[in-house]
Amino acid sequence: MAVIEYIDAIRKAMKEEMDRDEDVFVLGEDVGIKGGVFTTTKGLQEQFGEDRVLDTPLAESAIAGVAIGAAMYGMKPIAEMQYSDFMFPATNQIISEAAKIRYRSNNDWTCPLVIRAPIGGGIFGGLYHSQCPESVFFGTPGLKIVAPYRPYDAKGLLKAAVRDPDPVLYFENKKCYKLITGEVPDDDYIVPIGKANVLREGDDITVISYSMPLHFVEQAAADLESEGISAHILDLRTLQPLDKEGILEAVRKTGKVLIIHEDNKTGGVGAEVSAIIAEELLYELDAPIMRLCGPDVPAMPINPPGEKFFLLNKEKVKEAMRQLALY
Amino acid sequence: MKTMTEIVVPQLAESLVSATIDKWLKQPGDWVDIYEPVCEIITDKVNAELPSTVAGKLVQILVGKGETVPVGTPICIIETEGSEAASQVEAPSIEKSEPKQSGSTSSAAIETEDAPMRNRFSPAVQQLAAEHSIRLSEVPGTGLGGRITRKDVLAYVASGAANGSSAAAVNASLQAPRMVDAAAQVRSSGLHLTETPRLPKIEVEGSAGAGRGDNFIDVTPIRNTIARNMRQSVSEIPHAWTMIEVDVTNLVLLRNKLKEDFMKREGINLTYLAFLLKAVVNAIKDVPIMNSMWAVDKIIVKRDINIALAVGTEDSVMTPVIKNADHKNVAGLAKEIEELARKTREGKLTLSDMQGGTFTVNNTGSFGSILSYPIINYPQAAILTFESIVKRPVVINDMIAVRSMANICLSLDHRILDGVICGRFLQRVKDNLESFNLESKLY
Repeated sequence: MAVIEYIDAIRKAMKEEMDRDEDVFVLGEDVGIKGGVFTTTKGLQEQFGEDRVLDTPLAESAIAGVAIGAAMYGMKPIAEMQYSDFMFPATNQIISEAAKIRYRSNNDWTCPLVIRAPIGGGIFGGLYHSQCPESVFFGTPGLKIVAPYRPYDAKGLLKAAVRDPDPVLYFENKKCYKLITGEVPDDDYIVPIGKANVLREGDDITVISYSMPLHFVEQAAADLESEGISAHILDLRTLQPLDKEGILEAVRKTGKVLIIHEDNKTGGVGAEVSAIIAEELLYELDAPIMRLCGPDVPAMPINPPGEKFFLLNKEKVKEAMRQLALY
Repeated sequence: MKTMTEIVVPQLAESLVSATIDKWLKQPGDWVDIYEPVCEIITDKVNAELPSTVAGKLVQILVGKGETVPVGTPICIIETEGSEAASQVEAPSIEKSEPKQSGSTSSAAIETEDAPMRNRFSPAVQQLAAEHSIRLSEVPGTGLGGRITRKDVLAYVASGAANGSSAAAVNASLQAPRMVDAAAQVRSSGLHLTETPRLPKIEVEGSAGAGRGDNFIDVTPIRNTIARNMRQSVSEIPHAWTMIEVDVTNLVLLRNKLKEDFMKREGINLTYLAFLLKAVVNAIKDVPIMNSMWAVDKIIVKRDINIALAVGTEDSVMTPVIKNADHKNVAGLAKEIEELARKTREGKLTLSDMQGGTFTVNNTGSFGSILSYPIINYPQAAILTFESIVKRPVVINDMIAVRSMANICLSLDHRILDGVICGRFLQRVKDNLESFNLESKLY
């Protein structure tokens, strides 16, 4: 099994799905000749031609609108938003159209659409290249949202998203592209949407997270092991629908739970996860539910000290995990 | 800054070692103002509302309704929001209260000193403890501030099972009760005296049998207190009893003359009891030994004359106290009687209303008795009852007259008092009552 980068896993998934199914096509800004600003779609146009890898105008609402129309017509579009920050012009299309088509047409019409969007900071991208917009879409029934962390899941979830009969938002963390590597099988496999994954077994604390922060969590857990603190780590992988059973099972393991994400705290995914735990597991909790998230400030600062303050890192995560373990 | 403050059972009176929670007035989540009552407690002496010492949010109740706990036990936790300064002010006060505690319970007190989280149990811990029948006080806490974590409980369970090696399950179930017993034995606070006796669990086998079955009434804390006090009095004090009869005809006339005016003027009833108290108090002044108590190697004669008045309700009897009764005239006594009777009916007696009695008077005539054998209100020396006033033919100067007569009964502690002195005392009471006439003044 080859060890590959996160970004390669995403590219491989698109390539394999385009090979497998002629209806699958890619569209977005600079996805063609340039191969995407992050090179995620590099080589696809050469292989599949201009008709299946479309360079679009700088209009996200158009990208989403075209993709929705094509999907309703039976195609399997993979629409790329260059940065998730740019998704907001397309928000109306996504929330009011893509998410509601099946319901609105009483099952007559479907919208098998995938929208890929890079999230997260840490690239000195400042206000418009660093956001985590999960919470904007999180409360919209009709949308599925995935946010893989391991290359294995990046590939498997993208393939599952392409094959899903309903719209799926695929949030890939741009910081993960080159940083996170892992074993990914060459064969055709999918990772089911709606299933969380235990990254590490432990019995002192449970850490629930998704996407890039899991990198820090894994590092911190390794460090804390030497202090005698054993962490149970759950990768949500899918944010909508949340794997309720998986979450409850992971929390039951230790009774102490820390929820971590880069998106800001108020109204974030962690709020919902903690609500599920509070609703179901009050009598098995051994400590108050803890959250470690981005601060509630309007956006990522562009100055490096500000960005460092805003972003999670291993030390912040480790400190929070230690605190919970000591409680 | 948020601070957690524990509300403890206060030392309401020197002799008080425990209190029972009667009712919680506040629930977790409720806001509590400073001095606002959080619960009602029942002690041997009185029912009282327990005021909060801080303002804040009640976050946890540690002692449930009906449970009896020693003085100094934290019963709830209040989360206060305040500045650093506020919490610093608090700290010394906690230290101050500690010496009192440490006197009785040594290790536990020390443990809580530097372990503020020692008695805060998470739901997970409580659930596990219940599941495995574990006394959490015996589980070492490794968490923040000495908190017992879920893992601590699991480790404790595992270690308990390890002791028994084979047939772990059987052993574990056997061990749990054994541990409980051991703990009960090492308790040093004298709780066995004051603890509410456990209600016998009577199981009715099969159906009710031949009869219609019996009703079981839970013994209330006040009933329990009465029972204990009565038993103590009867078993410790050698009771003797005597009775005289009093001609209260003139008193009846006097009262009939004054009662309407008195009602108009004071708004309360002018009762015979007020006159009786006056007569008793004056008699005690003449025979001070009546106002005393037995102290094994000496007899303590009380200088204050504080008359405890037995006031009955449907299901209990209380003995609130009229302090310095010798300083009051008949009107003043009437007002005190009215006030205490009202407070008793409304359940609003305070601890100070109940303390310091030196001699007890019971107006048994109020429920129609003509003769009674009262039990002394421990540790006093005597108790006097005033029976019903009835019209009877009486021989005066060899002539038969119809007079209003009443019996007065006295139970006495025969260690302190004998027949002669009590006879003299009762004679004084009789003289005082019979000397009331239409010219007597209330004020």
